[in-house]
Amino acid sequence: MTSRFLASILVATLGLSLSACGKKPETSNGELVIKIGSVSPLTGPQSHLGKDNENGARLAVDELNAKGVMIGGKKARIELLSEDDAADPKTATIVAQRLIDEKVAGVIGHLNSGTSIPASKLYSDAGIAQISPSATAVKYTAQGFKTAFRVMTNDAQQGRVVGTYAAKLGKKIAIIDDRSAYGQGLADEVEKAAKAAGAEIVAREYTSDKATDFTAILTAIKGKDADVIFFGGMDPQAAPMVQQMKRLGITAQFLGGDGAQTAEFLHLAGADGEGVIASNPGLPLASMPGGQAFEQKFTAKYGKIQNYSPYAYDAVMVMVGAIQRANSLDPKLSLAELEKTDYSGVTGKIRFDPKGDLAGGNVTLYQVKNGQWVPLETVKSDGQ
Amino acid sequence: MDIFLQQLINGLVLGSVYALVALGYTMVYGILELINFAHGEVTMIGAMVALSVIGALVGHVALPGVVIVAMGVLVAVPVCMLLGFTIERVAYRPLRHAPRLAPLITAIGVSILLQNLAMIIWGREYVKFPPILSSATHQVAGATISDLQIFILVLSLLIMAGLVALVQKTKLGRAMRATAQAPQVAALMGVNVNSVISLTFIIGSAIAAIAGVMVAAYYGLAHYYMGFMLGLKAFTAAVLGGIGNLAGAMLGGLLLGVIESLGAGYIGDITGGFMGSNYQDVFAFFVLILVLVLRPSGLLGEQVGERA
Amino acid sequence: MLLGVLLAALPFLVDAGLGRTWVRILDFTLLYMMLALGLNIVVGYAGLLDLGYIAFYAVGAYLYALLASPQFGLHLPFWLLLPLGALVAGLFGMLLGAPTLRLRGDYLAIVTLGFGEIVRIFMNNLNAPVNITNGPQGISLIDPISIAGVSLGQTHTFAGIEFSSAHSYYYLFLALTLLVMFVSMRLQDSRIGRAWAAIREDETAAEAMGINTRNVKLLAFAMGASFGGVSGGLFAGFQGFISPESFNLLESIMILCMIVLGGMGNIAGVLLGAFLLTVLPEALRSIGDFQRWYFNRIIVDPADLRMLLFGLALVLMMLFRPQGMIPSAQRRREFKHDDAPQEPAPLYDQQK
Repeated sequence: MTSRFLASILVATLGLSLSACGKKPETSNGELVIKIGSVSPLTGPQSHLGKDNENGARLAVDELNAKGVMIGGKKARIELLSEDDAADPKTATIVAQRLIDEKVAGVIGHLNSGTSIPASKLYSDAGIAQISPSATAVKYTAQGFKTAFRVMTNDAQQGRVVGTYAAKLGKKIAIIDDRSAYGQGLADEVEKAAKAAGAEIVAREYTSDKATDFTAILTAIKGKDADVIFFGGMDPQAAPMVQQMKRLGITAQFLGGDGAQTAEFLHLAGADGEGVIASNPGLPLASMPGGQAFEQKFTAKYGKIQNYSPYAYDAVMVMVGAIQRANSLDPKLSLAELEKTDYSGVTGKIRFDPKGDLAGGNVTLYQVKNGQWVPLETVKSDGQ
Repeated sequence: MDIFLQQLINGLVLGSVYALVALGYTMVYGILELINFAHGEVTMIGAMVALSVIGALVGHVALPGVVIVAMGVLVAVPVCMLLGFTIERVAYRPLRHAPRLAPLITAIGVSILLQNLAMIIWGREYVKFPPILSSATHQVAGATISDLQIFILVLSLLIMAGLVALVQKTKLGRAMRATAQAPQVAALMGVNVNSVISLTFIIGSAIAAIAGVMVAAYYGLAHYYMGFMLGLKAFTAAVLGGIGNLAGAMLGGLLLGVIESLGAGYIGDITGGFMGSNYQDVFAFFVLILVLVLRPSGLLGEQVGERA
Repeated sequence: MLLGVLLAALPFLVDAGLGRTWVRILDFTLLYMMLALGLNIVVGYAGLLDLGYIAFYAVGAYLYALLASPQFGLHLPFWLLLPLGALVAGLFGMLLGAPTLRLRGDYLAIVTLGFGEIVRIFMNNLNAPVNITNGPQGISLIDPISIAGVSLGQTHTFAGIEFSSAHSYYYLFLALTLLVMFVSMRLQDSRIGRAWAAIREDETAAEAMGINTRNVKLLAFAMGASFGGVSGGLFAGFQGFISPESFNLLESIMILCMIVLGGMGNIAGVLLGAFLLTVLPEALRSIGDFQRWYFNRIIVDPADLRMLLFGLALVLMMLFRPQGMIPSAQRRREFKHDDAPQEPAPLYDQQK
């Protein structure tokens, strides 16, 4: 029984292998092909963000191809290989392996920290450069891999700005996080920074990224007389939380991270969202150096910008820039060039520190006024 | 003290939400001794259907908010009744003679199926409940309680009382009790066991629909995933109170709500910061295990051998 | 013999034909086969529905990660961690089993589900006040498995043949899967296996026949859990990074689907189920690619479709082929119930 079954698997696999052999595209009419991988969740709850990243990367690739890229005196065409990691760590390693098999020159991705980290090991072993447009966990670049880069401020950088800002708003601060890697990472950094700025953390409460009832923790916070409540988490929790604060008569200032600084938050929270402050890495799109031009080009082609597509766009530009400077498809040479990047992109100036983090990125604070996010101030996070 | 009172109120409201869902669980279990895993999902479908109706009406018809919500409920209830009937007919009835594992696995399957169907129909985004109900709050000894909270508490008590009356006083109720005790004998006495079971599912699902709308109104949103945790907590509440016992479901729900609220509110202070509100969801499971081990029949359940 | 050669050559055939990615998928398939075989002991043999099985996988994975990573600066060797993982997970199995011994099927399902969630919640929160698990951030830079000084994390050349990391892991996982399979087979025909079948069929009768149901059930939990622990440790070493999100309820349900689909209690069936459900997402991926290519947008998200199909499969299998695709001989008999007139209807069988 067992052997028959295993044999049938084998036959099936062989069948698949044969069919796979037939479709391998080999286009070489004297033209070099630079393969760039793009990984983000294209299915699952975050597929809208994933598609946005892919589109940002594709826009950059199309522009570069239209302009023409020369490597070593030969005309080169950039090919974007888009992969879906479904925001799942295990799938992330599988698609990372697939890109390595395809011998890509570099990878733009992944979208999440939870997928970027396990994949970074494979890219590092293969010596392939990886630029994440949106992973913010400190750990991603702290593993000592020379191949891991990112073009967005990390949780520590953002948390430092937000925590310092929170301490300016009030001296008694309550912190809530949703126990996700993102929420907890950011909240911990905010706590550290707020303490360093002389504020007192009067309550540290927790919820989950699926919860809707926050009355118990909010009431506990009410009992501690907090001036500011910081929440590290996403908009579906932030919105009802703000509503429940109102109902419980809590007047503390609500402060959120980039998970709350969304259009969805405005929609869900409605009138109760008024006055809420939240941060987002980078500059407001309107004040990005090439922001308006990018927005026009992007919306003409793909519709509304979701969130991180400008970063994916810049990441491709930085990656291809390094390959062009190296003037070779050898990942080792382009990696060395990548470290020396000094590029003015639509999201601002991109330089990397020795760990691969963005040096001197910006964080902007926004407040809800008349149902709109209005930029309050942009702070430079002196990236270390 | 006002903080404690507030936590108590928070807990009671949360608990009455659990109780509403637990009533449906307990009814089905009382008769079939089957955990209808899909019950939480029926609640979710109720909320989603009502929200679709409400969303279509708001801004287009000049009716008071309460009326619009009532119309949503009026559509959601029959949809869920049909759903409950179908689930029993298709997924559970054919397996009545199968080993116990079989209907349990189908129940999980139905639950997953409904969740993902809802996700495809209504999307992954949270659906907003428009702010059309009164959000007025009252001050009671330093604590606040809103109209909606009072309404949910009262409604769950009324529904429970109605169900108890149905089971104790009507002919259908008698048939239900007979079926629960000895189906074969009940059938011999002229009870149409299949219809009784179908009706139980239909009534349970109707209550689930109402519960779903209440939950969505209370939290201001609905989501395809909302039924799962709610169902689990409600089940815990039903077990805590004594599964199969309607008053028990109510008591269990309120108790669980209060335990969770006070637990999340005070565990940090009690353990000196060693554990915090991050363990809120653990309480429910912990209570469940404790009850099942120490008093499997629950607080109000009668002691029956082999029940658990 | 032929089979042996085929199994040994498989990664090279797959690598040549489909690429290294599929060798990696094959590795994951073997991991899931081990998990499914473990759960099969609890559900298939002893008839105890366990919805929190992933907790043991988590325990094994975290044990390996904590003792072989920079987290505590410990780097214990694999040969020590493997049995330790089995042992600790087994203890956790008993921990779950002990208070739930008296519970009947459906209660047990809920309690095990709760147990699985409790374990995950603890893993997710044990980063404060004392940092043990790193909380939601997970543990990275876990040591790759290394046997006799040869790290499976690197590419090795042996007798002129290049073995990549994915290849090396394949052979290790294959060996352990075969071992688990062998143990499973031996258990099934042993005294204990017959005792499990007896309590699955009728616990009261089994007890009357002098079977110590408590010990036998505990043993089922412990055995199943230890298999889960072993595969968890392998997973941690293979992936190099673990975080609590990998050990959620959906994974438990997925493993349950594997054994239900393949055939509870039957080893070949369980293996087939594990194989199908690990490869299915990869196959469904092409549905997404097809939609994107043909319609230029995703109409039905393959990820949604996957879970929808799982749910549907569970229901349909129970209704029409409850014995699974490859049923065990015993199950086939057991599930054969005549569809005789249902009126008057005795309700769910009170005995089982």
